[in-house]
Amino acid sequence: MPPEAQPAESNALLPVVPFLKIPEGADPYLEGSRCQNCGAVFIGERDNCSSCGARDQMETIQLSNKGELYVFSIVFRSFPGIEVPYVSAIVDLEGGGTVKGNLINVDPDPEKIQMGMPVELVYKTAPRKDAEGNEYLTYYFQPRS
Amino acid sequence: MSDVYIIGIDMIKFGRFPETSVPKLGATAAHMALDDAGVSIQDCQALYSGNLGQAAAMVGQRILAEIGQTGVPVVNCANACATGATAFREGWMSIKAGIYDMVLCVGTEQMGKGLLGGAGGGKGIPTEGLLGSGTMPAVFAEAGMEHQRKYGTTFEQFAKVSVKNHHHSTMNPKAMYQIETPLETVMGAEMISYPNTKLMCSVNVDGAAAAVICSEEKARELGKMDRAVKVRASVMSSDPYQERNLQMPDVNSCTQVAAKAAYEMAGIGPDDLDLVELHDCFATAEILHYGNLGLGKQEDAGRMIDEGETSLGGRIPVNVSGGLLSKGHPLGATGIANLYEVSTHLRNEAGERQVEGARFGLTHVIGLGSACAIHILEKAS
Ligand SMILES: [Zn+2]
Repeated sequence: MPPEAQPAESNALLPVVPFLKIPEGADPYLEGSRCQNCGAVFIGERDNCSSCGARDQMETIQLSNKGELYVFSIVFRSFPGIEVPYVSAIVDLEGGGTVKGNLINVDPDPEKIQMGMPVELVYKTAPRKDAEGNEYLTYYFQPRS
Repeated sequence: MSDVYIIGIDMIKFGRFPETSVPKLGATAAHMALDDAGVSIQDCQALYSGNLGQAAAMVGQRILAEIGQTGVPVVNCANACATGATAFREGWMSIKAGIYDMVLCVGTEQMGKGLLGGAGGGKGIPTEGLLGSGTMPAVFAEAGMEHQRKYGTTFEQFAKVSVKNHHHSTMNPKAMYQIETPLETVMGAEMISYPNTKLMCSVNVDGAAAAVICSEEKARELGKMDRAVKVRASVMSSDPYQERNLQMPDVNSCTQVAAKAAYEMAGIGPDDLDLVELHDCFATAEILHYGNLGLGKQEDAGRMIDEGETSLGGRIPVNVSGGLLSKGHPLGATGIANLYEVSTHLRNEAGERQVEGARFGLTHVIGLGSACAIHILEKAS
């Protein structure tokens, strides 16, 4: 019999994507990079700028948890095992950076979702574990007033 | 530099052929194109092969193993949905450069059913449905919603693209489907990713298309000019930096860049075109490309579909083949199949769906990631 998958030793949450940072004793946030040459903002760490081509001009920044909904789609058919419907959203963050994610706490109805509406990021434990039983922290968007 | 002419071009009827193989599909299309040109595989000095699903498996050489191992150079291309057009353009460049005077270009694909795309996988947990959707219907739905946000384009207008292209395909015996889909049927079909319903998504099919192209001198020497089609422009682009395009694939800017270059190379403008085959992988996408290709202003795209400007008989017919929505979208074959459609009209051989008096036509494909290819063809004089 193959050995059972062991749960991770610590019960600390792992980030769902590398650019989601979970600092000890502080709130989670999304990390980005800003080009000091042209000002372009990217999600996550990078060495070079794909806007202007500058090398080693990237400064690491903390992205805002506030933004506005740029566009969305309501997904009714996805891969097997993925719960539908859900709202796939592209959000422009305050101060730069564009992120994709699920928009929650809205009706999956195009009449009820306004492009341009203010949204905020919220961080929650993902409803999926990996093969080793590790739990993950993920982010969602939700409307803000 | 010599002008380049298509002297033979054809495609198999698109469909589902699980019992055959990629090289056999390609071999069939290659034979059809060679027969259309009235030449043999021994006349071709190189083969440019496009296939995505078996990109690492030497599809071009395996096609030659079916139809004649003449020992010529073979180049295998993979460039997402621009794969076939990329193979064609590689052939075009070789003749333009004076390296060869006749080559064969083949695009093939054998596809499964179902969704393409999807985010995540690999290490950690899958992010599809957690961090939005990476499925192709959702990605192109979001691109359509951007058009709605900027120009007020409606779900109904997107749906009308599908009504039009399915109608066109009733006149195309090589299309996967020949069925009318009224507006209520399109809008009422299963919603895949709002605003794209199932009938607004291209059909995954198997297919192959091939072209024999040659220099002007060769075409004249062989007496092929009466049915020849001149390649007035062959252009590719990748996506220039846009602030959102690492999160939201951008099919607009690379199309705009390629269109501008293509019109410059051809020395004509969009008003000179008689027909267009553009990349309607989803109904939303077709709307975006009216403006991107200069067929009208971006804000007029909804009106253009409402008023039938892009229907057969309209001001600028788009996708009279039925498009990817109804003819089908075998990824690696699509870029050459579009060239077949336009060539057929320029040769005045398109039968019931013929665009009368067609002299200039444009083909456009886009592979997400992104690769855009545009060709402008002219009836040889
Ligand atoms: Zn820069």
